[in-house]
Amino acid sequence: MVTQLYAVLFVSATFVLLGGLGYKIWVFATAPAPLKIPTTPAPVTRTGVVFRMIREIVLFESLFKANKWIWVFGWVFHAGLLVVLLRHLRYFTDPVWGWVVLVQPFGIYAGFAMLAGLIGLAARRIVVPRIRYISAPSDHLMLVLLIAIAGSGLIMKYVVHTDIVAVKAFFLGLMSFELNPLPADPVLLVHLGLVAFMMIIFPFSKLLHGLGLLFSPSRNQVDNPREVRHVAAWAERLVARVKAE
Amino acid sequence: MAKVSDFIVDDSDTDPLAIPKLACGSMRDSKPFVAKDAHQAALGYPGELVDDWQDKAISKMGELLTKYRSLQVYMDSCVKCGACTDKCHYFLGTGDPKNMPVGRQDLMRKVYRRYFTFAGKYMPWLVGAEDLTEDVLDEWYTYYHQCSQCRRCSVYCPFGIDTAEVSMAAREIMDSVGKGQKYCNEIIGKVYKVGNNLGLPAKAIRSTLDGLEEELQEDTGLDIKMPLDQKGVDVLLVTPSADLFAEPHIDGLMGYAKVFHEAGVTWTLSSYASEAANFGMFIGSYENMREVSLRIRKAAEDLQVKRIVFGECGHAWRVAYSFLNTLAGPFDFLDQRYPIPQHICEFTYDMIENGELRFDKSKNDQYRLTYHDSCNVARGSRMGNKPGGQFEIPREILRASCNHFYDMAPDTIKEATLCCGGGGGILTDDLMDVRLKGAQPRMRAMQEVAEEHGVTHLAAICAICKAQFSKVLPAYGFKVNSILSVHQMVSNAIVLTGSIQEKELDEAKTPEAAE
Repeated sequence: MVTQLYAVLFVSATFVLLGGLGYKIWVFATAPAPLKIPTTPAPVTRTGVVFRMIREIVLFESLFKANKWIWVFGWVFHAGLLVVLLRHLRYFTDPVWGWVVLVQPFGIYAGFAMLAGLIGLAARRIVVPRIRYISAPSDHLMLVLLIAIAGSGLIMKYVVHTDIVAVKAFFLGLMSFELNPLPADPVLLVHLGLVAFMMIIFPFSKLLHGLGLLFSPSRNQVDNPREVRHVAAWAERLVARVKAE
Repeated sequence: MAKVSDFIVDDSDTDPLAIPKLACGSMRDSKPFVAKDAHQAALGYPGELVDDWQDKAISKMGELLTKYRSLQVYMDSCVKCGACTDKCHYFLGTGDPKNMPVGRQDLMRKVYRRYFTFAGKYMPWLVGAEDLTEDVLDEWYTYYHQCSQCRRCSVYCPFGIDTAEVSMAAREIMDSVGKGQKYCNEIIGKVYKVGNNLGLPAKAIRSTLDGLEEELQEDTGLDIKMPLDQKGVDVLLVTPSADLFAEPHIDGLMGYAKVFHEAGVTWTLSSYASEAANFGMFIGSYENMREVSLRIRKAAEDLQVKRIVFGECGHAWRVAYSFLNTLAGPFDFLDQRYPIPQHICEFTYDMIENGELRFDKSKNDQYRLTYHDSCNVARGSRMGNKPGGQFEIPREILRASCNHFYDMAPDTIKEATLCCGGGGGILTDDLMDVRLKGAQPRMRAMQEVAEEHGVTHLAAICAICKAQFSKVLPAYGFKVNSILSVHQMVSNAIVLTGSIQEKELDEAKTPEAAE
């Protein structure tokens, strides 16, 4: 019963995640940017913009300029999350790819780093009056959700082990539409349930911010408006009140 | 309404970027006069709040979300990380949390969530979504007119969210339902009717220019022309109308004339396009911004010029540099060897680089100078070929024309520059309280260099900055005339070929050479 339930949950969560992401990419990509609005100084070439975006994505350059505490907590959390996700690839590959094997020991530290970063962010959200002021219930709950996911993962690693061989068989099975039994350990079910929930809300919540960065005109535009004329289709259709003579 | 004389400077802290305690609602009552019927009609907006304003506003918001990727992405992407919370000069000066960039954005974001997102429709309490009520509209009107669209927040946001884009969209929505701001909309109407923000007719401009020509003649002994509506010249100069009217702007205008004279470049102003500033941007109206820009194109075509040069004006330079080609291009009828458009600072800097200008820096020795990077030049445009030219070129011009130049603290200049407090449609007496408080971080940064280096004066390349500083400097212990135009410094120090100054300088030098 649990197996069936979680199978349905994960298959639908995957569809919602991919469908939702696709929809949002479509929404962002089809809305034109009618004016050149890069925050300057900005790169004057496409290559320069690629480097600017890489710095933003990898180093969180703007956040670093803004606030070192938020940067430390935010960066440590995201870097930790990345390594943890890579470590989890072993549940979806058979045989496990060589580099995923190499990542395994780092994944453990990353799990703690991720949790530390999240706790730092949550503490700031509560302690700093400016940030408390701008926080809606959902902003706190997102952090609780992520802390619960990271925490339940670490509990399974260190306190209440689960049968990870069976977990792997379950997910490999799902990927080829076969049903293998999922262990009914409570911590595992909480962990997986929260992950599925996060996948479902991902495209429709602020968790989508990474995609927003990629589409942000103030970051991804080339500073060359004098050299290259940039006009949106809807602007092309405007009729002037001032007629050139 | 607060007057400058009523204003008590908060001197509890001297750090320009000191973060104030939250003072919720402290700026709730500072709002500008609402546009009247006639102001609205000239721009194609309804004269008063329409009956079904709520539906109209939401549908306008929906339209803007599909027309501006910036708005859609910015509405969706904020994670409330807090990076921007201490970056707005209006927040630093007032402590009102709705002046934190995210606080200001959220006034719109909560409405966006309510009407355009799943969570906001069904669980508004969870994500902080709210109906667009009359109170919310009122808050929009108040706080979206306490944003100078300076983009400082966009530098620090990890996703590049630019509150200016949100403010512009909000103002466009409010205009479309009949709740416009008098200051901006009345001014745009004057541009359509007369050709410039101040409503100066051609005759008045000509007589001002005549007076200035006389002054230049007396000053230099040279016949320096200041032409208006002259066909077939090299350059159309588009400059803020304040340059024809206000101090210290007018001294800058004389500086441009001297530089053109020395360059041997013929030029003209246009009465039809006698305004560089484009308030269409302030109200977020692509259409109005385009109409104002097309006037410049038409003037350039009618006067058969080869180049367009812009005078010292901040938001104007953003529209000119970043948008003019888009809005009124392509400019294939102009000489393609020069940037289109070109900034007067680029023009002067090129001459300095080529060794074509001679300066007597000692003429500016009475000034100990610092430079204010105008927000929209700094973060919404460029000068020269390299990123950051907008910071270096004006400084190089100042260093070439004076001996005592000192920059303010690094976290208050260049891309981190603080707005003067009057940009983006705020430069109106009905918002004096906002202007005085918003200037506080910049003024404190200036007080620091005044103490450290004995700085007495501040130079800027923006008509709004100049007008704003003339008003607020006295409240912070500086003299009213401590604000200067960059080309005023050029004008003071430039030694024109064949001028009285050249003779004086050469005579003074000869005895030394003989020794």
